[in-house]
Amino acid sequence: MAKPKETVSRTLFVALVLSIVFSVVVSTAAVVLRPAQIKNQNLDIKTNILAAAGMLSNGASADEIESVFSQFDVRLVDLDTGDYVEPSFVDVNDPMKYDMYKAASDPKMSTKIPSSEDKAGIKRRPNIAKVYTLSENGEMKRVVLPIHGYGLWSTLYGFVSLEGDLNTIEGLGFYAHAETPGLGGEVDNPRWKSQWVGKELYGEDKTEPQIRLMKGGVSANAADKEHKVDALSGATLTSRGVEHLVNYWMGDRGYAPFLKKLREGEA
Amino acid sequence: MSEMTAKQVLFEPIFSNNPIGLQILGICSALAVTTSMNVTIVMCLSVIAVTAFSNLAVSLVRTQIPGSIRIIVQMTIIASLVIVVDQILKAYAYEISKQLSVFVGLIITNCIVMGRAEGFAMKNGPWLSFLDGVGNGMGYSIMLLFVAFFRELLGAGSLFGVTLLTPVNEGGWYITNGLLLLPPSAFFIIGLAIWGLRAWMPEQVEEEDFKMSRHTHKEAF
Repeated sequence: MAKPKETVSRTLFVALVLSIVFSVVVSTAAVVLRPAQIKNQNLDIKTNILAAAGMLSNGASADEIESVFSQFDVRLVDLDTGDYVEPSFVDVNDPMKYDMYKAASDPKMSTKIPSSEDKAGIKRRPNIAKVYTLSENGEMKRVVLPIHGYGLWSTLYGFVSLEGDLNTIEGLGFYAHAETPGLGGEVDNPRWKSQWVGKELYGEDKTEPQIRLMKGGVSANAADKEHKVDALSGATLTSRGVEHLVNYWMGDRGYAPFLKKLREGEA
Repeated sequence: MSEMTAKQVLFEPIFSNNPIGLQILGICSALAVTTSMNVTIVMCLSVIAVTAFSNLAVSLVRTQIPGSIRIIVQMTIIASLVIVVDQILKAYAYEISKQLSVFVGLIITNCIVMGRAEGFAMKNGPWLSFLDGVGNGMGYSIMLLFVAFFRELLGAGSLFGVTLLTPVNEGGWYITNGLLLLPPSAFFIIGLAIWGLRAWMPEQVEEEDFKMSRHTHKEAF
Protein backbone atom coordinates (compact mmCIF):
# COMPACT_ATOMS: atom_id res chain seq x y z
CA MET A 1 0.00 0.00 0.00
CA ALA A 2 2.72 2.43 0.88
CA LYS A 3 4.47 2.40 -2.47
CA PRO A 4 6.10 5.67 -3.42
CA LYS A 5 3.38 7.34 -5.41
CA GLU A 6 4.34 10.97 -5.27
CA THR A 7 6.93 11.08 -8.04
CA VAL A 8 6.30 13.34 -11.02
CA SER A 9 6.41 10.54 -13.57
CA ARG A 10 3.95 8.51 -11.58
CA THR A 11 1.58 11.42 -11.22
CA LEU A 12 1.68 11.96 -14.98
CA PHE A 13 1.16 8.27 -15.59
CA VAL A 14 -1.91 8.09 -13.35
CA ALA A 15 -3.35 11.23 -14.95
CA LEU A 16 -2.82 9.80 -18.42
CA VAL A 17 -4.35 6.40 -17.68
CA LEU A 18 -7.30 8.02 -15.96
CA SER A 19 -7.94 10.37 -18.87
CA ILE A 20 -7.82 7.57 -21.40
CA VAL A 21 -10.06 5.23 -19.43
CA PHE A 22 -12.73 7.82 -18.77
CA SER A 23 -12.69 9.35 -22.21
CA VAL A 24 -13.39 5.87 -23.55
CA VAL A 25 -16.23 5.41 -21.04
CA VAL A 26 -17.82 8.76 -21.85
CA SER A 27 -17.49 8.49 -25.61
CA THR A 28 -18.85 4.95 -25.62
CA ALA A 29 -21.92 6.08 -23.71
CA ALA A 30 -22.41 9.03 -26.06
CA VAL A 31 -22.04 6.97 -29.21
CA VAL A 32 -24.09 4.00 -28.09
CA LEU A 33 -27.00 6.07 -26.81
CA ARG A 34 -27.02 8.60 -29.65
CA PRO A 35 -29.65 6.90 -31.88
CA ALA A 36 -32.10 6.60 -29.00
CA GLN A 37 -31.58 10.26 -28.11
CA ILE A 38 -32.14 11.51 -31.64
CA LYS A 39 -35.28 9.43 -31.87
CA ASN A 40 -36.51 11.02 -28.65
CA GLN A 41 -35.80 14.52 -29.87
CA ASN A 42 -37.62 14.01 -33.15
CA LEU A 43 -40.54 12.40 -31.41
CA ASP A 44 -40.65 15.30 -29.00
CA ILE A 45 -40.88 17.85 -31.84
CA LYS A 46 -43.61 15.85 -33.54
CA THR A 47 -45.51 15.51 -30.28
CA ASN A 48 -45.42 19.27 -29.80
CA ILE A 49 -46.65 19.93 -33.33
CA LEU A 50 -49.53 17.52 -32.91
CA ALA A 51 -50.34 19.02 -29.51
CA ALA A 52 -50.56 22.52 -31.02
CA ALA A 53 -52.79 21.21 -33.80
CA GLY A 54 -55.01 19.47 -31.27
CA MET A 55 -54.29 16.13 -32.90
CA LEU A 56 -52.62 14.48 -29.95
CA SER A 57 -54.67 11.94 -28.06
CA ASN A 58 -53.80 11.25 -24.44
CA GLY A 59 -51.15 8.60 -23.92
CA ALA A 60 -50.48 8.14 -27.63
CA SER A 61 -47.64 5.73 -28.27
CA ALA A 62 -44.58 6.61 -30.30
CA ASP A 63 -45.91 4.70 -33.31
CA GLU A 64 -49.27 6.45 -33.18
CA ILE A 65 -47.56 9.84 -33.07
CA GLU A 66 -45.41 8.91 -36.05
CA SER A 67 -48.39 7.75 -38.05
CA VAL A 68 -50.53 10.82 -37.28
CA PHE A 69 -47.60 13.08 -38.00
CA SER A 70 -46.96 11.42 -41.35
CA GLN A 71 -50.12 13.16 -42.66
CA PHE A 72 -48.23 16.44 -42.52
CA ASP A 73 -46.04 17.75 -45.30
CA VAL A 74 -42.90 19.34 -43.98
CA ARG A 75 -41.91 22.28 -46.17
CA LEU A 76 -39.31 25.01 -46.06
CA VAL A 77 -40.37 28.58 -46.70
CA ASP A 78 -38.43 31.69 -47.58
CA LEU A 79 -39.87 34.18 -45.11
CA ASP A 80 -39.13 37.28 -47.20
CA THR A 81 -40.82 36.11 -50.36
CA GLY A 82 -43.24 33.61 -48.88
CA ASP A 83 -42.22 30.97 -51.44
CA TYR A 84 -41.41 27.36 -50.76
CA VAL A 85 -37.78 26.46 -51.20
CA GLU A 86 -36.18 23.09 -51.86
CA PRO A 87 -34.38 21.42 -48.94
CA SER A 88 -31.17 21.50 -50.99
CA PHE A 89 -31.26 25.29 -50.67
CA VAL A 90 -30.24 24.90 -47.02
CA ASP A 91 -28.01 21.87 -47.68
CA VAL A 92 -30.22 19.15 -46.26
CA ASN A 93 -31.89 16.26 -48.02
CA ASP A 94 -34.80 15.95 -45.61
CA PRO A 95 -36.63 19.13 -44.52
CA MET A 96 -37.09 17.56 -41.06
CA LYS A 97 -33.32 17.85 -40.61
CA TYR A 98 -33.29 21.62 -41.06
CA ASP A 99 -33.01 23.45 -37.74
CA MET A 100 -34.32 26.99 -38.07
CA TYR A 101 -33.16 27.95 -34.60
CA LYS A 102 -29.63 26.91 -35.38
CA ALA A 103 -29.90 28.84 -38.65
CA ALA A 104 -30.97 31.93 -36.69
CA SER A 105 -27.51 32.15 -35.14
CA ASP A 106 -25.72 31.70 -38.47
CA PRO A 107 -25.11 35.10 -40.13
CA LYS A 108 -25.31 33.53 -43.59
CA MET A 109 -28.73 32.01 -42.98
CA SER A 110 -30.41 34.70 -40.96
CA THR A 111 -31.17 38.40 -40.91
CA LYS A 112 -30.52 40.82 -38.11
CA ILE A 113 -33.76 42.39 -36.92
CA PRO A 114 -33.50 46.17 -36.37
CA SER A 115 -34.24 46.77 -32.70
CA SER A 116 -37.19 48.99 -33.57
CA GLU A 117 -38.87 46.03 -35.25
CA ASP A 118 -37.76 43.38 -32.81
CA LYS A 119 -41.03 43.02 -30.95
CA ALA A 120 -40.39 39.38 -30.18
CA GLY A 121 -36.95 40.10 -28.71
CA ILE A 122 -35.17 37.49 -30.80
CA LYS A 123 -32.45 39.68 -32.40
CA ARG A 124 -31.98 37.49 -35.48
CA ARG A 125 -34.53 35.79 -37.68
CA PRO A 126 -33.74 32.80 -39.88
CA ASN A 127 -34.30 33.42 -43.60
CA ILE A 128 -35.87 30.05 -44.08
CA ALA A 129 -38.57 28.65 -41.81
CA LYS A 130 -39.86 25.13 -41.46
CA VAL A 131 -43.64 24.80 -41.74
CA TYR A 132 -45.98 21.86 -41.47
CA THR A 133 -48.99 21.69 -43.74
CA LEU A 134 -51.81 19.21 -43.88
CA SER A 135 -53.93 19.03 -46.99
CA GLU A 136 -56.77 16.75 -47.91
CA ASN A 137 -57.70 16.23 -51.58
CA GLY A 138 -55.52 19.14 -52.58
CA GLU A 139 -57.21 21.49 -50.13
CA MET A 140 -55.27 23.09 -47.30
CA LYS A 141 -56.72 21.92 -43.98
CA ARG A 142 -54.19 23.03 -41.48
CA VAL A 143 -50.86 24.85 -41.18
CA VAL A 144 -48.60 24.56 -38.16
CA LEU A 145 -46.01 27.31 -37.81
CA PRO A 146 -43.12 27.50 -35.34
CA ILE A 147 -42.97 30.71 -33.30
CA HIS A 148 -40.64 31.98 -30.63
CA GLY A 149 -39.90 35.10 -28.67
CA TYR A 150 -38.85 36.52 -25.35
CA GLY A 151 -41.12 36.48 -22.31
CA LEU A 152 -39.90 37.55 -18.89
CA TRP A 153 -36.97 35.25 -18.15
CA SER A 154 -36.62 33.16 -21.21
CA THR A 155 -37.29 32.61 -24.87
CA LEU A 156 -40.55 30.77 -25.40
CA TYR A 157 -40.58 28.26 -28.24
CA GLY A 158 -43.87 27.02 -29.55
CA PHE A 159 -46.18 26.31 -32.43
CA VAL A 160 -49.34 27.90 -33.64
CA SER A 161 -51.76 25.89 -35.72
CA LEU A 162 -54.09 27.61 -38.20
CA GLU A 163 -57.22 26.32 -39.86
CA GLY A 164 -57.61 26.08 -43.62
CA ASP A 165 -58.72 29.72 -43.86
CA LEU A 166 -55.22 30.66 -42.64
CA ASN A 167 -56.75 33.09 -40.20
CA THR A 168 -58.48 31.14 -37.46
CA ILE A 169 -56.26 29.77 -34.72
CA GLU A 170 -56.77 26.14 -34.02
CA GLY A 171 -54.30 25.82 -31.22
CA LEU A 172 -51.21 27.35 -29.71
CA GLY A 173 -48.69 25.91 -27.35
CA PHE A 174 -45.17 26.41 -26.07
CA TYR A 175 -42.89 23.45 -25.61
CA ALA A 176 -39.84 25.15 -24.15
CA HIS A 177 -39.63 28.11 -21.80
CA ALA A 178 -38.39 28.99 -18.33
CA GLU A 179 -41.08 31.37 -17.14
CA THR A 180 -41.99 31.52 -13.45
CA PRO A 181 -43.87 28.36 -12.43
CA GLY A 182 -47.41 29.18 -11.37
CA LEU A 183 -47.34 32.65 -12.99
CA GLY A 184 -45.82 32.97 -16.47
CA GLY A 185 -45.44 29.20 -16.46
CA GLU A 186 -49.23 29.04 -16.77
CA VAL A 187 -48.75 29.42 -20.55
CA ASP A 188 -48.79 25.65 -20.31
CA ASN A 189 -52.17 25.57 -18.60
CA PRO A 190 -54.60 23.72 -20.88
CA ARG A 191 -57.46 25.98 -19.81
CA TRP A 192 -55.57 29.09 -20.84
CA LYS A 193 -54.45 27.53 -24.10
CA SER A 194 -58.01 26.49 -24.92
CA GLN A 195 -59.01 30.18 -25.15
CA TRP A 196 -56.91 30.58 -28.28
CA VAL A 197 -59.01 28.13 -30.21
CA GLY A 198 -61.18 29.98 -32.71
CA LYS A 199 -59.48 33.36 -32.32
CA GLU A 200 -58.71 35.21 -35.53
CA LEU A 201 -55.28 36.53 -36.38
CA TYR A 202 -56.10 39.21 -38.89
CA GLY A 203 -58.72 41.90 -39.28
CA GLU A 204 -60.55 42.69 -42.50
CA ASP A 205 -57.44 43.65 -44.46
CA LYS A 206 -55.70 40.33 -43.71
CA THR A 207 -52.28 41.91 -43.27
CA GLU A 208 -51.65 43.16 -39.77
CA PRO A 209 -52.14 40.60 -36.99
CA GLN A 210 -54.46 41.92 -34.29
CA ILE A 211 -53.93 39.58 -31.35
CA ARG A 212 -54.23 41.28 -27.95
CA LEU A 213 -53.83 39.78 -24.50
CA MET A 214 -56.27 41.56 -22.22
CA LYS A 215 -55.93 42.10 -18.49
CA GLY A 216 -59.02 41.10 -16.60
CA GLY A 217 -60.35 38.74 -19.21
CA VAL A 218 -62.42 39.12 -22.33
CA SER A 219 -66.14 39.55 -21.83
CA ALA A 220 -68.58 37.90 -24.18
CA ASN A 221 -69.66 41.16 -25.80
CA ALA A 222 -66.26 42.90 -25.99
CA ALA A 223 -65.40 44.62 -29.26
CA ASP A 224 -63.00 42.64 -31.41
CA LYS A 225 -63.23 39.73 -29.05
CA GLU A 226 -62.20 37.41 -31.87
CA HIS A 227 -58.68 38.87 -31.54
CA LYS A 228 -58.55 39.04 -27.76
CA VAL A 229 -57.29 36.50 -25.27
CA ASP A 230 -57.28 36.73 -21.48
CA ALA A 231 -53.80 37.58 -20.22
CA LEU A 232 -52.13 35.41 -17.60
CA SER A 233 -52.81 36.72 -14.12
CA GLY A 234 -49.68 37.84 -12.32
CA ALA A 235 -47.60 37.53 -15.47
CA THR A 236 -47.81 40.85 -17.30
CA LEU A 237 -44.43 40.52 -18.98
CA THR A 238 -44.91 36.95 -20.10
CA SER A 239 -48.34 37.89 -21.51
CA ARG A 240 -46.88 40.87 -23.30
CA GLY A 241 -44.11 38.67 -24.68
CA VAL A 242 -46.64 36.16 -26.01
CA GLU A 243 -48.71 38.92 -27.61
CA HIS A 244 -45.65 40.44 -29.26
CA LEU A 245 -44.20 37.20 -30.51
CA VAL A 246 -47.47 36.02 -32.02
CA ASN A 247 -47.95 39.37 -33.77
CA TYR A 248 -44.34 39.45 -34.91
CA TRP A 249 -44.39 36.00 -36.43
CA MET A 250 -47.77 36.45 -38.03
CA GLY A 251 -46.81 39.86 -39.38
CA ASP A 252 -44.93 41.07 -42.47
CA ARG A 253 -41.54 40.03 -41.15
CA GLY A 254 -42.86 36.61 -40.21
CA TYR A 255 -45.28 34.34 -41.98
CA ALA A 256 -47.67 36.93 -43.47
CA PRO A 257 -46.09 36.82 -46.98
CA PHE A 258 -46.26 33.03 -46.93
CA LEU A 259 -49.86 32.93 -45.71
CA LYS A 260 -50.84 35.52 -48.32
CA LYS A 261 -49.42 33.38 -51.11
CA LEU A 262 -51.10 30.30 -49.70
CA ARG A 263 -54.42 32.14 -49.57
CA GLU A 264 -54.05 33.30 -53.14
CA GLY A 265 -53.53 29.81 -54.36
CA GLU A 266 -49.95 28.71 -54.52
CA ALA A 267 -46.89 29.55 -52.56
CA MET B 1 -14.35 7.05 10.86
CA SER B 2 -13.18 4.12 12.92
CA GLU B 3 -14.63 0.66 12.45
CA MET B 4 -18.13 0.88 11.03
CA THR B 5 -20.39 -1.99 10.10
CA ALA B 6 -21.89 -2.15 6.65
CA LYS B 7 -25.32 -1.51 8.12
CA GLN B 8 -24.19 1.61 9.89
CA VAL B 9 -22.49 2.90 6.79
CA LEU B 10 -25.63 2.37 4.76
CA PHE B 11 -28.28 3.69 7.15
CA GLU B 12 -26.51 6.31 9.27
CA PRO B 13 -26.71 8.98 6.55
CA ILE B 14 -30.47 8.66 6.28
CA PHE B 15 -31.45 10.28 9.54
CA SER B 16 -28.62 10.46 12.03
CA ASN B 17 -26.02 11.83 9.61
CA ASN B 18 -28.15 13.21 6.82
CA PRO B 19 -26.05 15.05 4.23
CA ILE B 20 -28.61 17.82 3.85
CA GLY B 21 -30.00 17.83 7.38
CA LEU B 22 -26.78 17.63 9.34
CA GLN B 23 -24.01 18.53 6.95
CA ILE B 24 -26.08 21.10 5.02
CA LEU B 25 -24.67 19.97 1.67
CA GLY B 26 -26.34 19.77 -1.72
CA ILE B 27 -28.84 22.54 -1.02
CA CYS B 28 -28.60 24.00 -4.53
CA SER B 29 -30.19 21.06 -6.28
CA ALA B 30 -32.60 20.59 -3.39
CA LEU B 31 -34.05 23.98 -4.29
CA ALA B 32 -34.05 23.45 -8.00
CA VAL B 33 -35.52 20.05 -8.69
CA THR B 34 -38.17 19.67 -6.02
CA THR B 35 -41.22 21.18 -7.72
CA SER B 36 -42.65 17.80 -8.62
CA MET B 37 -42.28 14.30 -7.25
CA ASN B 38 -41.58 12.63 -10.60
CA VAL B 39 -38.66 14.87 -11.41
CA THR B 40 -37.36 14.61 -7.86
CA ILE B 41 -37.33 10.83 -7.93
CA VAL B 42 -35.31 10.71 -11.13
CA MET B 43 -32.88 13.25 -9.72
CA CYS B 44 -32.58 11.17 -6.54
CA LEU B 45 -31.88 7.96 -8.44
CA SER B 46 -29.27 9.78 -10.50
CA VAL B 47 -27.55 11.13 -7.41
CA ILE B 48 -27.64 7.73 -5.68
CA ALA B 49 -26.08 6.12 -8.77
CA VAL B 50 -23.40 8.77 -9.06
CA THR B 51 -22.41 8.83 -5.37
CA ALA B 52 -22.39 5.03 -5.18
CA PHE B 53 -20.31 4.42 -8.29
CA SER B 54 -17.99 7.37 -7.83
CA ASN B 55 -17.30 6.18 -4.29
CA LEU B 56 -16.69 2.68 -5.61
CA ALA B 57 -14.37 3.87 -8.36
CA VAL B 58 -12.44 6.24 -6.14
CA SER B 59 -12.07 3.59 -3.49
CA LEU B 60 -10.79 1.03 -6.01
CA VAL B 61 -7.98 3.26 -7.16
CA ARG B 62 -7.39 5.10 -3.88
CA THR B 63 -4.01 3.48 -3.26
CA GLN B 64 -2.80 4.54 -6.68
CA ILE B 65 -3.93 8.15 -6.62
CA PRO B 66 -1.03 10.54 -6.00
CA GLY B 67 -2.02 12.99 -3.26
CA SER B 68 -1.13 16.00 -5.35
CA ILE B 69 -3.78 15.32 -7.98
CA ARG B 70 -6.33 13.44 -5.95
CA ILE B 71 -9.07 16.08 -6.15
CA ILE B 72 -8.88 16.34 -9.92
CA VAL B 73 -8.84 12.55 -10.18
CA GLN B 74 -12.05 12.42 -8.14
CA MET B 75 -13.57 15.15 -10.25
CA THR B 76 -12.76 13.30 -13.45
CA ILE B 77 -14.39 10.15 -12.16
CA ILE B 78 -17.47 12.00 -10.93
CA ALA B 79 -17.80 14.11 -14.06
CA SER B 80 -17.57 11.06 -16.31
CA LEU B 81 -20.24 9.23 -14.34
CA VAL B 82 -22.52 12.24 -14.43
CA ILE B 83 -22.16 12.53 -18.20
CA VAL B 84 -23.02 8.86 -18.58
CA VAL B 85 -26.10 9.27 -16.36
CA ASP B 86 -27.14 12.34 -18.35
CA GLN B 87 -26.79 10.45 -21.63
CA ILE B 88 -28.83 7.55 -20.30
CA LEU B 89 -31.61 9.86 -19.15
CA LYS B 90 -31.69 11.59 -22.52
CA ALA B 91 -32.03 8.24 -24.21
CA TYR B 92 -34.56 6.58 -21.92
CA ALA B 93 -36.34 9.28 -19.92
CA TYR B 94 -36.38 12.17 -22.34
CA GLU B 95 -39.33 14.07 -20.86
CA ILE B 96 -37.86 14.07 -17.39
CA SER B 97 -34.37 14.82 -18.60
CA LYS B 98 -35.78 17.92 -20.26
CA GLN B 99 -37.24 19.07 -16.97
CA LEU B 100 -34.06 18.33 -15.06
CA SER B 101 -32.13 20.04 -17.84
CA VAL B 102 -28.92 21.46 -16.48
CA PHE B 103 -29.30 20.02 -13.00
CA VAL B 104 -28.19 16.55 -13.98
CA GLY B 105 -24.95 18.08 -15.19
CA LEU B 106 -24.70 20.00 -11.96
CA ILE B 107 -24.56 16.77 -9.94
CA ILE B 108 -20.85 17.13 -10.69
CA THR B 109 -20.73 20.11 -8.38
CA ASN B 110 -22.99 18.55 -5.76
CA CYS B 111 -20.89 18.78 -2.63
CA ILE B 112 -22.25 15.48 -1.35
CA VAL B 113 -20.63 13.47 -4.15
CA MET B 114 -17.24 15.08 -3.82
CA GLY B 115 -17.49 15.16 -0.03
CA ARG B 116 -18.07 11.42 0.19
CA ALA B 117 -15.32 10.63 -2.32
CA GLU B 118 -12.78 12.68 -0.42
CA GLY B 119 -14.09 12.04 3.07
CA PHE B 120 -14.96 8.36 2.92
CA ALA B 121 -13.93 6.55 -0.25
CA MET B 122 -10.30 7.67 -0.03
CA LYS B 123 -10.01 5.91 3.34
CA ASN B 124 -12.24 2.86 3.05
CA GLY B 125 -12.58 -0.29 0.99
CA PRO B 126 -14.67 -0.51 -2.17
CA TRP B 127 -17.67 -2.32 -0.69
CA LEU B 128 -18.06 -0.01 2.29
CA SER B 129 -17.53 3.00 0.06
CA PHE B 130 -20.19 1.81 -2.33
CA LEU B 131 -22.64 1.40 0.56
CA ASP B 132 -21.68 4.80 1.89
CA GLY B 133 -22.47 6.28 -1.50
CA VAL B 134 -25.86 4.56 -1.61
CA GLY B 135 -26.58 5.62 1.98
CA ASN B 136 -25.71 9.25 1.42
CA GLY B 137 -27.62 9.26 -1.83
CA MET B 138 -30.63 7.95 0.07
CA GLY B 139 -30.20 10.52 2.81
CA TYR B 140 -30.21 13.22 0.16
CA SER B 141 -33.20 11.60 -1.53
CA ILE B 142 -35.33 11.36 1.58
CA MET B 143 -34.88 15.05 2.23
CA LEU B 144 -35.64 15.95 -1.39
CA LEU B 145 -38.75 13.81 -1.44
CA PHE B 146 -39.91 15.42 1.79
CA VAL B 147 -39.47 18.87 0.25
CA ALA B 148 -41.03 17.88 -3.06
CA PHE B 149 -44.05 16.35 -1.33
CA PHE B 150 -45.06 19.67 0.21
CA ARG B 151 -44.06 21.78 -2.78
CA GLU B 152 -46.03 19.78 -5.29
CA LEU B 153 -49.04 19.16 -3.03
CA LEU B 154 -49.45 22.73 -1.81
CA GLY B 155 -47.95 24.48 -4.82
CA ALA B 156 -49.71 22.63 -7.61
CA GLY B 157 -52.36 20.63 -5.77
CA SER B 158 -51.08 17.34 -7.09
CA LEU B 159 -48.71 14.47 -6.30
CA PHE B 160 -46.79 12.59 -8.99
CA GLY B 161 -48.74 14.70 -11.47
CA VAL B 162 -52.09 13.37 -10.22
CA THR B 163 -54.36 16.22 -9.15
CA LEU B 164 -55.51 15.80 -5.56
CA LEU B 165 -56.61 19.33 -4.67
CA THR B 166 -58.27 20.78 -7.78
CA PRO B 167 -56.82 24.27 -8.28
CA VAL B 168 -59.01 27.31 -8.96
CA ASN B 169 -57.37 27.74 -12.38
CA GLU B 170 -58.86 24.44 -13.40
CA GLY B 171 -62.27 25.15 -11.96
CA GLY B 172 -61.72 23.65 -8.49
CA TRP B 173 -61.56 25.18 -5.03
CA TYR B 174 -57.89 25.06 -4.11
CA ILE B 175 -55.97 28.31 -4.37
CA THR B 176 -52.45 27.16 -5.17
CA ASN B 177 -49.61 28.59 -3.18
CA GLY B 178 -47.35 30.01 -5.89
CA LEU B 179 -44.52 30.63 -3.45
CA LEU B 180 -44.06 26.92 -3.01
CA LEU B 181 -43.26 26.54 -6.69
CA LEU B 182 -40.46 29.06 -6.40
CA PRO B 183 -37.02 27.95 -5.22
CA PRO B 184 -36.93 29.95 -1.95
CA SER B 185 -39.78 27.90 -0.53
CA ALA B 186 -37.46 24.91 -0.38
CA PHE B 187 -35.37 26.85 2.13
CA PHE B 188 -38.34 27.11 4.46
CA ILE B 189 -39.18 23.44 4.15
CA ILE B 190 -35.58 22.30 4.57
CA GLY B 191 -35.28 24.62 7.55
CA LEU B 192 -38.39 23.14 9.14
CA ALA B 193 -37.17 19.63 8.36
CA ILE B 194 -33.82 20.30 10.01
CA TRP B 195 -35.60 21.75 13.04
CA GLY B 196 -37.80 18.68 13.26
CA LEU B 197 -34.85 16.33 12.80
CA ARG B 198 -32.85 18.01 15.52
CA ALA B 199 -35.77 18.13 17.91
CA TRP B 200 -36.10 14.37 17.42
CA MET B 201 -32.35 13.71 17.66
CA PRO B 202 -30.97 16.42 19.95
CA GLU B 203 -27.44 15.03 19.54
CA GLN B 204 -27.46 16.54 16.02
CA VAL B 205 -27.57 20.04 17.39
CA GLU B 206 -24.15 21.36 16.56
CA GLU B 207 -22.69 21.57 20.03
CA GLU B 208 -19.02 21.39 19.10
CA ASP B 209 -19.32 24.51 17.01
CA PHE B 210 -20.37 26.45 20.05
CA LYS B 211 -17.41 25.61 22.27
CA MET B 212 -16.47 29.19 21.47
CA SER B 213 -19.09 30.19 24.00
CA ARG B 214 -16.53 29.83 26.78
CA HIS B 215 -15.04 33.09 25.64
CA THR B 216 -18.07 34.93 26.90
CA HIS B 217 -16.83 34.42 30.47
CA LYS B 218 -15.67 37.91 31.01
CA GLU B 219 -12.33 37.30 29.37
CA ALA B 220 -12.48 40.18 26.97
CA PHE B 221 -14.01 42.92 29.02
